[in-house]
Amino acid sequence: MLAFVLRRLAQAFFVIAAMLVIVFFGVNVVGDPIYMLISPEMDQQQIAETARALGLDRPIWEQFLVFLKNAAQGDLGRSFVHGESAIKLILSRMPATLELAFVALVLAVVIGLPLGLYAGLKPESRLSRFIMAVSILGFSLPTFWVGLMLILTFAVSLGWLPATGRGPTVSIFGLDTSLLSLKGWQHVALPAFNLALLKISLVIRLARAGAREAALMDYVKFARAKGLSQSRIIGVHILKNIMIPIVTVLGLEFGSLVAFSVVTETIFAWPGMGRLLLEAITRLDRPVIVAYVMVVVVLFVTINLLVDLIYSALDPRVRLTEATS
Amino acid sequence: MAPVLEVSGLKTHFFTRAGTVKSVDGVSFRVDRGEVLGLVGESGSGKSVTGFSVMGLIDPPGKIVEGSIKLNGKELVGLDEEGFRKVRGREVAMIFQDPMMTLNPVLRVDTQMIEAVTAHDKVSHKAARERARDALAKVGIPSPEERLNAYPHQFSGGMRQRVAIAIALLHRPPLIICDEPTTALDVTIQSQILAEMQSLCADTGTALVWITHDLGVVAGLADRIAVMYAGRIVETGAVDPVLDSPLHPYTNGLLGSLPAEGEPGAPLRQIRGSTPSLARLPQGCAFAARCDYAQADCLASAPDVTPFPGERGVRCHHPLNLAGVAA
Amino acid sequence: MSDAALPSAAAQPPAAPAKEETPFRRFVRSFVEDRLALFGLALFILIVLLAIAAPLIAPQNPYDLASVDVMDSRQPPGSVSGEGFTMWLGSDGVGRDLLSGILYGLRISLMVGAFSGILAASIGAAIGLIAAYAGGRTENAIMRLVDLQLSLPSVLVALILVAGLGKGVDKIIIALVMVQWAYYARTVRGSALVERRKEYVEAAQSLGLSHARTVFRHILPNCLAPVIVIVTVQTAHAISLEATLSFLGVGLPQTEPSLGVLIANGFQYMLSGSYWISVFPGFALLMTIVSINLVGDRLRDVLNPRLEK
Repeated sequence: MLAFVLRRLAQAFFVIAAMLVIVFFGVNVVGDPIYMLISPEMDQQQIAETARALGLDRPIWEQFLVFLKNAAQGDLGRSFVHGESAIKLILSRMPATLELAFVALVLAVVIGLPLGLYAGLKPESRLSRFIMAVSILGFSLPTFWVGLMLILTFAVSLGWLPATGRGPTVSIFGLDTSLLSLKGWQHVALPAFNLALLKISLVIRLARAGAREAALMDYVKFARAKGLSQSRIIGVHILKNIMIPIVTVLGLEFGSLVAFSVVTETIFAWPGMGRLLLEAITRLDRPVIVAYVMVVVVLFVTINLLVDLIYSALDPRVRLTEATS
Repeated sequence: MAPVLEVSGLKTHFFTRAGTVKSVDGVSFRVDRGEVLGLVGESGSGKSVTGFSVMGLIDPPGKIVEGSIKLNGKELVGLDEEGFRKVRGREVAMIFQDPMMTLNPVLRVDTQMIEAVTAHDKVSHKAARERARDALAKVGIPSPEERLNAYPHQFSGGMRQRVAIAIALLHRPPLIICDEPTTALDVTIQSQILAEMQSLCADTGTALVWITHDLGVVAGLADRIAVMYAGRIVETGAVDPVLDSPLHPYTNGLLGSLPAEGEPGAPLRQIRGSTPSLARLPQGCAFAARCDYAQADCLASAPDVTPFPGERGVRCHHPLNLAGVAA
Repeated sequence: MSDAALPSAAAQPPAAPAKEETPFRRFVRSFVEDRLALFGLALFILIVLLAIAAPLIAPQNPYDLASVDVMDSRQPPGSVSGEGFTMWLGSDGVGRDLLSGILYGLRISLMVGAFSGILAASIGAAIGLIAAYAGGRTENAIMRLVDLQLSLPSVLVALILVAGLGKGVDKIIIALVMVQWAYYARTVRGSALVERRKEYVEAAQSLGLSHARTVFRHILPNCLAPVIVIVTVQTAHAISLEATLSFLGVGLPQTEPSLGVLIANGFQYMLSGSYWISVFPGFALLMTIVSINLVGDRLRDVLNPRLEK
């Protein structure tokens, strides 16, 4: 088990290092941010001074070495635009994004799992066919367009929910959350559903496939032969088996939820780090871009690691193979 | 004494796109208290479907279309799902063929046993667990208390089948249907399990329907035997007379394909051809095409059951060994 | 003699690709069996024709500033423009006819999708073939890169790329190609590895055919089916991704108004009730993507039943 964790940590370190190099050079290849930062009335000397102050006058490999040295100390540079530490800036926006992604993940399971189970257990029924048709459509629809339609329907036409922004936040255990008030939930509902849409389709497909497979297994028939109720068989015997792939996939998809939140946050003006990234891209705020990517990559790697551990906790057979190997 | 199980005129059909498959097509038999009935046939003969029909485990596109199944005098055909649920596990239990597949791989053994107890008896978790532990001990699983906490994959195939047997015995049902429970096991473990089942059932007075394709297993275990072919019982009777002097050519053929104990080196005989499609059965006797003794009337009409003394019966126009029965 | 066995064994492998009567016709027949896919194909062809014919059928040339009147801005669907034609889908924020804008926008969206699809397919397939054929370290390095890329969400990769590359049609196409090549590389490598082990390739090599000839005449044609399927799905994805990036303001510039740009322009008016400026281009985008996906789904079923996801 320890060897397994160590091996995974080494892999994770390799991935993070590789991304550090790729992103730093990738972002620095094109475009000179200095022209975004200076005002038109600055003369040549002032420009050169600004560049020197930001370290932009040095050759790129030297910039990289400085960057590496600072990165090792947890400093990914200062935002050109905000003048703050880029990593602090990102981290200050992270709770909002994680909150959004978390609610979306919960929505995906709460909505997708029952629908998928139903479609899997009654594959011939009309409702099942309808569910599957909608889930295929869910894969085709561009997220941002669905977001617009949600705003148009629920905010503009019906006026039920606010279109933009985040509700009032409360700080508990150092984490800001807007989920403790009704207003907070009203604000999070549309963006979270928008973000969840693709994942709902995914969960429906996974749950349906899993339920169809499990329903044919002997252990389900044996459970029925024991005289168990239908709800116990579906709720325990089938559900526990299909939760394994679903938890695994959803865990891995959490990273993609964070990435896709760039789109959703922009549409719904959600003050998360995705919107920060978009601002940074349009204003060539390199340190923020690099810091964002690094934070997301670390998040990805951590999640992958966690998913592996949860997976082995859910499926007793995996534990055995780890123990014997 | 009333029989534990009385099946009469049972027809279970599967309505598939390719046509109606008459898996069970008019089967009648009975099982007395404490009796072991061997239900013998090739795969596809309908023996397992018969077992599942009794359990109420026929799923669409399958359906019991006709007949009656009386368990302890109570009619099962037509019961709703909840009615069947109350019967399953308490009045009739079932053991499946492949022990590697019958236990849920992601649930611990205690979970799977305790839920079986509490499905019928409202007892405390602790009491249910004790019953589960005692049942494991009874089927010969060492240190049952610890084994309760294990997952199925931590058991060998034979041990898993013992767990399944323990689960079947939890409510001491008067009848257990065993669907080839030893086929998937090693030969040595097979005989252990067989012996154990026999003594457990003798202790508790449990009747068994033992479904198998192996006449050798039935010979040592069953009191009576019913041979199935193409959805029907073609021969029935007490085990010794049937095996000593089979009336039906099919039974005779099955016996002939067993390695004979007395004659080493004698060639095994096969039944030529294969089982007919249950969706398109011939007009006459279903076995006629493969039968060495078939005559013109066999192709023209399907034979009815001809009764013989000693509760024997055969579905054949031209039974064999008639001298043996008369004697 | 044992010699006699050899020629017959060698003669067998070339017989492997048995010629069917008309594989293409069989393919067409089984494709046509699915009504929904046929509908998708018809819709897609219609959309392509509309895009090609845009300059002929559009009531207005949205690029021609002289024909645009600010007085016409934000007119609801069905209004009559200052020039006298009916704006069936209304007008946008600067007074352009929306129907014309959509027709021209389709041209750009489809072009970006098609170009990036073809380029990504060619480049990705080439890299996949190289990986499969070279083996060893080259293959390992390529596949590691592919895995790394595929583990990251495409939106994120594209965003980072456009952050470096900047705006413009050429840059968006480059970004989309870089997002998508890995899918092709992985698939082609997989198929190529399978094909490579087959007897006819060994036979071709033992006949002394050059490597290039073996790859292009023998391996590549057999990898084509999965590539065609991925081309359709990925083209739809590329169109969607371009629209997303343009909507976010980091894709195409205002001078290249694709559907995504049109939707983005309409977004600011949506909250004040001028819904049509965003909704109709969005609907056009949706039709395009769904029609391609319907075709792609059927192609997957017909061409390769084993291909999952």
